[in-house]
Amino acid sequence: MSLENSRQRSVWLTVYASLVFGFIYLPIVVLILYSFNRDGVGGFPPRHFTLGWYRQLFSDSAIWEAVVNSLIVAAASVALSLTLGLLAALALDRATFPGKALFRRLVLLPLILPGIITGLSLLMFAVFAGMPLSLLTVFLGHGTALISVATTELFAGLQKLDRAQEEASLDLGATPWQTFWRITLPNLKLSLVAAGLLIFTLSMDEIAVTFFLIGRDNTLPLEIWGRLRRGITPEINAVSSLIFAVSVLLIVVWYRLRARSISSAPRELLENL
Amino acid sequence: MYSRTYKTIVAAPPLLWVCLFLLLPYALMFAHSFWLVREGALAHQWNLQNYRALFTNPLYFQVLLRTARIAASVTVCSLLLGYPLAYYLSFHAGPRKELLYQLVIVPLWVSYLVRGYAWKTILGSDGVLNGLLQYLHFTREPVSFFLYSPFAVVLMLTHIYTPFVFLPIYAALEHIPRTLVEASQDLGGDRRATFLRVILPLSIPGLLAGATFAFVLSLGDFLAPLLVGGPSATMIANIVQSLFGAAYDWPLGAAISVCILLTTVALLFTTERLEKRWSFR
Repeated sequence: MSLENSRQRSVWLTVYASLVFGFIYLPIVVLILYSFNRDGVGGFPPRHFTLGWYRQLFSDSAIWEAVVNSLIVAAASVALSLTLGLLAALALDRATFPGKALFRRLVLLPLILPGIITGLSLLMFAVFAGMPLSLLTVFLGHGTALISVATTELFAGLQKLDRAQEEASLDLGATPWQTFWRITLPNLKLSLVAAGLLIFTLSMDEIAVTFFLIGRDNTLPLEIWGRLRRGITPEINAVSSLIFAVSVLLIVVWYRLRARSISSAPRELLENL
Repeated sequence: MYSRTYKTIVAAPPLLWVCLFLLLPYALMFAHSFWLVREGALAHQWNLQNYRALFTNPLYFQVLLRTARIAASVTVCSLLLGYPLAYYLSFHAGPRKELLYQLVIVPLWVSYLVRGYAWKTILGSDGVLNGLLQYLHFTREPVSFFLYSPFAVVLMLTHIYTPFVFLPIYAALEHIPRTLVEASQDLGGDRRATFLRVILPLSIPGLLAGATFAFVLSLGDFLAPLLVGGPSATMIANIVQSLFGAAYDWPLGAAISVCILLTTVALLFTTERLEKRWSFR
């Protein structure tokens, strides 16, 4: 086993890793590249640069209505899942109650279950409860499914929290309510913002659960889905490129915040399942 | 240190919400799977007919087999791509490690639809790949079998789940004390022996977690077959989706969903057990 041999292996490994990176990023690069191609999505090489598809996109009112719908649903889902996720995280961290272990698993289930299961069971619930399908049912689906993400993120935040501060506050005569608002919540600020950003991104992109709960008003992913059935144009590339850019932006902000609040990244999210 | 009232106030709302909007819907799905459709309407009559149909109709069995095959292929491909990548990052990336790690993480959270759509534009018969092949004079006519095949579904899902598989493996590799690796080398183990007898066994929990993710999520996928798969790549979730749509047989669809759900939970339970057994912490 010579040094030469081992170095050669390192080279192969580096090449292989680069190829995997290529595989991960190539489709996205192609997607963005062709959003500037005058002659449509196919053909090689892309020849005539144009911003026309973006111009067309910006004057496409159906897309923008869908964007507004998605924003409403995402904002409402963030509010709902953060509130309930925070309470759930506090309960898991501090309370003991019968069925706690089961509760923890149930909350996390939508994260690992295929979206179709959560989507369909909520569809049956909506029909059972006599609710017409609308953005409200979509919001119920997103908000409920994403409690899983909020709970994991905030639970991780709570675990790193210094309990002594809360004890001091309570010892010095603050009520539990005051302690919560003045000590617990400010200390969780970064985790809350980070979780909120992640939930927002996931809700904006969600399609499998939404698919079964959508009424007449489309969210952005479903509007795009509908158009795909009618054939593909670079306008979809343009809107996809923008979605990609916004997602990356939010994720990078999220990652920065998370790196500051908790040292290890979404690993915990996956490890806690 | 926390009062009873405090505990009740924090535990009650999420508990109630989850019971109402998660537990009750799942329970409704179970209930539906024991009902039936008569003359185009749902009849609340308890029976096992749906499950019987599921196990006796060869069509379902065939699709189930294909679904398992596709999910298994996705799992193996994602492992083949994700494991070496994680190994490279953990042991050989040097100072670029953190940056590269973030580069793998970013696509993990980026729109499923965007990534699926990208493959559709690449694989299509007048897509980018065909354009490239003709440009290089490898083919004269467009090749049509890239898109609308089980292959396209495996490719797209592998692309989506490789970062998912990478993550827990990377975490497991990072947890391996480097002193163990050095000890193996000091005791005369070459790289191969060190990998096979130290690193690989210690990374099994991460590997299992990643494999479970890829398998379970591909198992219940219905969008990839619709987007890039075509009729020859119909998966079990597509059957469910059509039973809830045009075919209108919610009870049968619910029965299949229950099977998917139970399989998922059983798999999670098994891998959790296995992970514990293989874990050295």
